[in-house]
Amino acid sequence: MISCLALLFQGSVTHEYNLFFWAMVALCSIVGTGIAAFLIYCAWHYRRRSENELPSQLARNIPAEVTWIALPTLLFITMFAYGVKIYFDLERPPDNSEDVYVVAKQWMWKTQHLGGQREIDTLHVPVGRAIRLNMISQDVIHSFFVPAFRIKQDVLPRRYTSIWFKATVPGTYHLFCAEYCGTEHSQMIGWIYAMDPKDYQTWLQQGAAEGSLASTGEKLFHQFGCGNCHHFSGHGRGPNLRGLYKRPVQLTSGETVIADETYIRESILQARAKIVQGFQPIMPIFQGQLSEEQVAALIAYIKAIGPAPGGEMPSGPGEEMGDYGGITPDLSHPTAPATAEPKPGVR
Amino acid sequence: MATVTLVEPQSAPAQPRLNYLTEKTGLMSWLFTTDHKRIGLLYVVSITFFFFFGGFFALLMRLHLLLPQGWLFGHETYNKLFTMHGIIMVWFFLIPSIPNTLGNFVLPMMIGAKDLAFPKLNLLSWYIFMLGGMTTLYALVRGGVDTGWTFYTPFSTSYSTSFVITAAVGILIAGFSSILTGLNFIATVHRMRAPGLTWFRLPIFIWSTYATSLILVLATPVLAITLAMIGIERIFQVGIFDPALGGDPVLFQHMFWFYSHPAVYIMVLPAMAVVSEIIPTFSRKPIFGYKAVAFSSMAIAILGFLVWGHHMFVAGESAYAAMTFSFLSYMVAIPSAIKVFNWTATMYRGSVQLDTPMLYAIGFVALFTIGGMTGLFLAALGIDVHVTDTYFVIAHFHYIMVGGTVMAFLGGVHYWWPKISGKMYPEFLAKLSALTVFLGFNLTFFPQFILGYMGMPRRYAAYPPEFQVLNVLSTAGASILGVGYVVPLIYLIWAWKYGEPATDNPWRTTGLEWKTPSPPPKHNFEQTPVVTWKAYDFEAQKEELHLG
Repeated sequence: MISCLALLFQGSVTHEYNLFFWAMVALCSIVGTGIAAFLIYCAWHYRRRSENELPSQLARNIPAEVTWIALPTLLFITMFAYGVKIYFDLERPPDNSEDVYVVAKQWMWKTQHLGGQREIDTLHVPVGRAIRLNMISQDVIHSFFVPAFRIKQDVLPRRYTSIWFKATVPGTYHLFCAEYCGTEHSQMIGWIYAMDPKDYQTWLQQGAAEGSLASTGEKLFHQFGCGNCHHFSGHGRGPNLRGLYKRPVQLTSGETVIADETYIRESILQARAKIVQGFQPIMPIFQGQLSEEQVAALIAYIKAIGPAPGGEMPSGPGEEMGDYGGITPDLSHPTAPATAEPKPGVR
Repeated sequence: MATVTLVEPQSAPAQPRLNYLTEKTGLMSWLFTTDHKRIGLLYVVSITFFFFFGGFFALLMRLHLLLPQGWLFGHETYNKLFTMHGIIMVWFFLIPSIPNTLGNFVLPMMIGAKDLAFPKLNLLSWYIFMLGGMTTLYALVRGGVDTGWTFYTPFSTSYSTSFVITAAVGILIAGFSSILTGLNFIATVHRMRAPGLTWFRLPIFIWSTYATSLILVLATPVLAITLAMIGIERIFQVGIFDPALGGDPVLFQHMFWFYSHPAVYIMVLPAMAVVSEIIPTFSRKPIFGYKAVAFSSMAIAILGFLVWGHHMFVAGESAYAAMTFSFLSYMVAIPSAIKVFNWTATMYRGSVQLDTPMLYAIGFVALFTIGGMTGLFLAALGIDVHVTDTYFVIAHFHYIMVGGTVMAFLGGVHYWWPKISGKMYPEFLAKLSALTVFLGFNLTFFPQFILGYMGMPRRYAAYPPEFQVLNVLSTAGASILGVGYVVPLIYLIWAWKYGEPATDNPWRTTGLEWKTPSPPPKHNFEQTPVVTWKAYDFEAQKEELHLG
């Protein structure tokens, strides 16, 4: 019970959630107690007093019935509306939220920070900062559940899902897998460490041995020869990837898709599933050659490349950057992730 | 006064009158019977077996969870226990529970018919049910299934090494039994009603069972299609659900819940049907707002098809789809609320007698109300995100399925027991165990709401230690609940042989099933009754019932 109380007020939506939840509890308790009291009253007050008793045969009262249809309906619509409000808040991460990539597998949570820090079954975050999780599963469906923050989102194979949270109180919080995923489902437990921003900086500096996630992506980009076709100046055999993220893409099928994480991932692994208008289906299939972590790094890299032609991106200190068409992406994430992060076009 | 000619009730014969039980004897007379009453009893025996089987698994799970790390089983065994508990309880107890036992037994009598429209189909449906049950038990004996009763892909199709296909085939087979029963009931209600028994003179039991039958016939094929698709995918490697083959695992959830949500109403509408008979009888009043109650059964049956997406608010469906499903889920709550208010109002200014069936019925209303109101929490999108897939959901649906359906089932069994067996059950013991069930149930499941709010996920073979106190309470409750279920089994079997003989109409109530001897003759009525009164019309029958 103590830990139940301790859960209060620890994430950004937690406060509002609790308010709504307990208001519902109060309302339902009042109605429920009312119904129970009325049942007991009737059972006692109208108890059968003689064997042959025939009571009033009263069996309809239109005004009463209309009241008890209309009142709940109004209450239900109010509950619905408020539920939608909180849900949409959870669906829409703030513009300045920081991306974290999560790969779930039986029975482990792998998390990757933009700075390149990688963790297993833990996630360190600074308090006061909105964290957006981009999540994908390597095998079956899992679900990322942090009770203290009142968030939960299923993690699917082959498709990115996302959710965001903002820790408000430093502390250690449970991370559970909430979708049954096999034998050790109950062991797929981790911890979220919400840290004071200063401590978080210290923690970050201990971790990123291999450079930022985007720079890992960049290395992969070279290693697999992606730049041979995807020129950043345009005119390549493959589409220009500059500012691709969240942009609408016209396909040869006539459809238009938004280039979100799922689309970019599919275009890396199964390029021929969706062909961009004006291009040939010549890109090889990388399914099976890249791990989900590597795909995440490539996505982080593509997202980190300048958002628009001619857009000036601050260059990172001490990093060796490939120059693609005059754009120098900042891939030195650990200290200042937000500056390099292109603002999502839609949100 | 009703103009109806019935079997003379005062025939106290020297030589006992033949009834459906004594008219033929021997095992073969049961295995080849086409009498709806006997088939109802065949179902009673079968589902009682499955109930205690599934309940035993539940008890083992609760015992295992006494310690945070679990102490009785390995994780794989625990996962198989909750899977088999779910499969058995849902498909081999809850879905057939009330319709195939009590429904089979009383539905034809309530409408003044000799039998169901297709008696042989009715027997076939029992055999199909048993075949499905045996196939599923075979899967269990071979080593069990560890996918959860929901069979989510791609775990069930590509990762689980357990006997998924065997269990699925068992469920598929049992589904055909549901479809046949549903068809039979629909045809019977349309074609076999006694002269004068118009639709709006039907007892609410018939309305609700009719609504249930519609769902059985319309929803069950979707389950069959879904299971068939899994088979096609596994055998022919066609990508439907498996992401490795280009399928969409979430599609499975849509198809599964398109059946399984209406299936929830298959389980609870018949419970509402039973309660809608018991409360008027023990209040000696017509059900309050007859038409509202009748139409709300139909509304639940229809709206129940449009809310499946509320199982998937965090599964990756679009925010706007979620919003639509949330709204429709609130809409389906309205007819349920109407029913609760109308049952309560039926007792108002009545002549209330708290016999065992009534205790169960009141218990049903109370627990169904809690189950329904926590459903309002789950229908609210923002709230659902946190509590879905936790013990909150477990508690919620057990309040509906166990607090609701099982309470109503037990209430119905006691209510019609005199008619079924011709004997009275021991009232005091029955009241005591009704109370035990009520208390045990709440102690088992109420702590689970709190566990869910605190964040304990469902289907965990081990859990963090801060959840222990509430888990221990829940296990304690389960033990009490277990006793509450075993005691009626014992005294009802005892009463079958040694109970006081029952009169034709021990509750002095209005339904047609009470206007025939207890137990009834093979063809229910010696002469077809002619109905000139509305349902629950105590006023019209007061002379016959010696009331007033």
